[in-house]
Amino acid sequence: MAEVILQSVGKVYPGGVRAVQGVDLHVRHGEFIVLVGPSGCGKSTTLRMVAGLEEISEGRITIGGRVVNDIAPSDRDIAMVFQNYALYPHMTVRRNMAFGLERRRTHGSRVRALLSASYRALHRAESERIRRRVDGAADLLGLRPLLDRMPRELSGGQRQRVAVGRAIVRDPAVFLFDEPLSNLDAKLRGEMRTELRILHRRLGATMMYVTHDQEEAMGLADRIVVMKDGIVQQVGSPTELYERPVNRFVAGFIGTPTMNIVEGDVERDGDGLALRWAGGRITLPAGIAVTGARASIGIRPDTLAPVADGPFRGSVQSIEFLGDRADVLVASSGVRLNARLPTERARGIREGDTISLGMPGVAHVFDVDGRRAG
Amino acid sequence: MTSPRPWLQGALLAAGSVVFLFPLWWMIVVSLETPERAGAAMTGSDGIALWPRDPQWGNYAEALAEMGSEPWVGFINALANSIVVTTLVVVGTVLSSSLVGFAFARLRWRGSGVLFTVMLATMMLPGQVTLIPLFLLFRGLGWIDTILPLAVPAFFGNAFFIFMYRQFILQVPESLVEAAKVDGHGWLGIWWTVILPLCRPVTAICAVFTFIGTWNDFMGPLVYLHAEEQSTLAVALNSFRNQYGGLDDVHLLMAASLVTMLPCIILFIAAQRQFVEGLARGAVKG
Repeated sequence: MAEVILQSVGKVYPGGVRAVQGVDLHVRHGEFIVLVGPSGCGKSTTLRMVAGLEEISEGRITIGGRVVNDIAPSDRDIAMVFQNYALYPHMTVRRNMAFGLERRRTHGSRVRALLSASYRALHRAESERIRRRVDGAADLLGLRPLLDRMPRELSGGQRQRVAVGRAIVRDPAVFLFDEPLSNLDAKLRGEMRTELRILHRRLGATMMYVTHDQEEAMGLADRIVVMKDGIVQQVGSPTELYERPVNRFVAGFIGTPTMNIVEGDVERDGDGLALRWAGGRITLPAGIAVTGARASIGIRPDTLAPVADGPFRGSVQSIEFLGDRADVLVASSGVRLNARLPTERARGIREGDTISLGMPGVAHVFDVDGRRAG
Repeated sequence: MTSPRPWLQGALLAAGSVVFLFPLWWMIVVSLETPERAGAAMTGSDGIALWPRDPQWGNYAEALAEMGSEPWVGFINALANSIVVTTLVVVGTVLSSSLVGFAFARLRWRGSGVLFTVMLATMMLPGQVTLIPLFLLFRGLGWIDTILPLAVPAFFGNAFFIFMYRQFILQVPESLVEAAKVDGHGWLGIWWTVILPLCRPVTAICAVFTFIGTWNDFMGPLVYLHAEEQSTLAVALNSFRNQYGGLDDVHLLMAASLVTMLPCIILFIAAQRQFVEGLARGAVKG
């Protein structure tokens, strides 16, 4: 277990493309941190810099108190799980899992074992230790019956488990996961997510995890790092990110369905401010300060509900039933709003109906440049 | 496009097989003939024999015993020399070509593209063009009458196989290489423990082609090895020619040639599956 500290870390590719810039991050002991963002946002590059698979152009990375900028991946005390599992196709599951340890034998290399009886004993003891470690990890993940199989004989989920097992066997200070579940189907992904969460609790290890799926991030993380264009947008717990996104990007990226954004002109409203758009006007929360003449508000779809005289009146474009709830898309003059309603409340609504939507209050206000106001 | 009917395919394949197999069959027939009938077969005075009239199985032992100036010694020497040279060349070619191919596929360094093009360009150079410069070079090194001129160049790679290995290795997922790095391997370790085992189909092609090429090589040993005890099988077959360059015992030459060919045929059959798989893969993705 160890801390990982990134200080002003940046990555510039030959040709001047800046993939990551100024990343400052402190991953605590035993923390499960998830880097999330759209493709090309630099999350994988950041993880790969921690792994040592990508050179660090700027800044400093520390693992367990040791600066690792110029240290080889194998000496950083990390283990990595790759998106496509990266199991060696020509080795059995057992050898795949033991491969890293075999390389790290401290006593009794095979050549020495051939030459001397004392080395032979050390070699045997080391082999036995490796076997026990592999067996232990296999038991933890239910891989015992698969140990003698080849990777091609395993299903996607089993391969993923072996890849995780290979990381566990090494008992690293930090586990790194690069989109490990994205090749699995939705059901298996959900199962593996739960397993990873349980595994994290059992091992108590520091884990860094990259995904483009915000739901996965919300489900797994102690803290989430949202990235865009190589820059960290916000770091916080899933609830912090959901309830207080620092900008419009984070607001739109975190949460399903996506947050509704309504843009308009800011105007005086007694002591406070109000937002006016083509289809209506809404009072902004008291004490909020907005720079500029325009602003936007963010409304979570699950806070909207049909009301008699709400600020958003429009026709229903589509209704999608999802079991216990339904997503209703309403086109109000100039804005399209998605409302997530309990199924009973959506039952009477038909596509083409005109309805009025309202919410308890305005929770998110953003400046013209997208920053959170207030 | 619909595929041709099965019977038509079969007929075409059978016709093709006859064309390719007839010379081999004719060799077998002549190798089992009496000296007189074999001589007649050579001149065609007795038509083309399709079946040995009175199979002379003893021709084989006689042929091997008569290779070289001392009974059996010539054959055993030539066989041993062929095995040593071929083994060295096959091992050298596989190791060096795969290593260089791996470097071209996975390492990025300034000028690698240019070097790769230059390397490919060497394939355009006919062997005859480099024969004399190479001879002078090896003579300068004092390597004439040793097997070094035959074996050492193999350890510096073969352009065609380097190209094949590179194309194959490009398809190996980068993450396997990265996983091996995290597992503590350097480039050489990755090549040896991960890449080389994955390249089996290419290695099969490389090994079989190199084996056949080296085993049957006549020019190399002829130019660099001059003593009779240094001859390889391909050169030793020449001993069946008389001093005027003609052939007295064509049946023995055919018998000895068949024995010489045998390892190539056995190797091809043994490696056929890997071989065809590798060729198909090269054709589709390479």
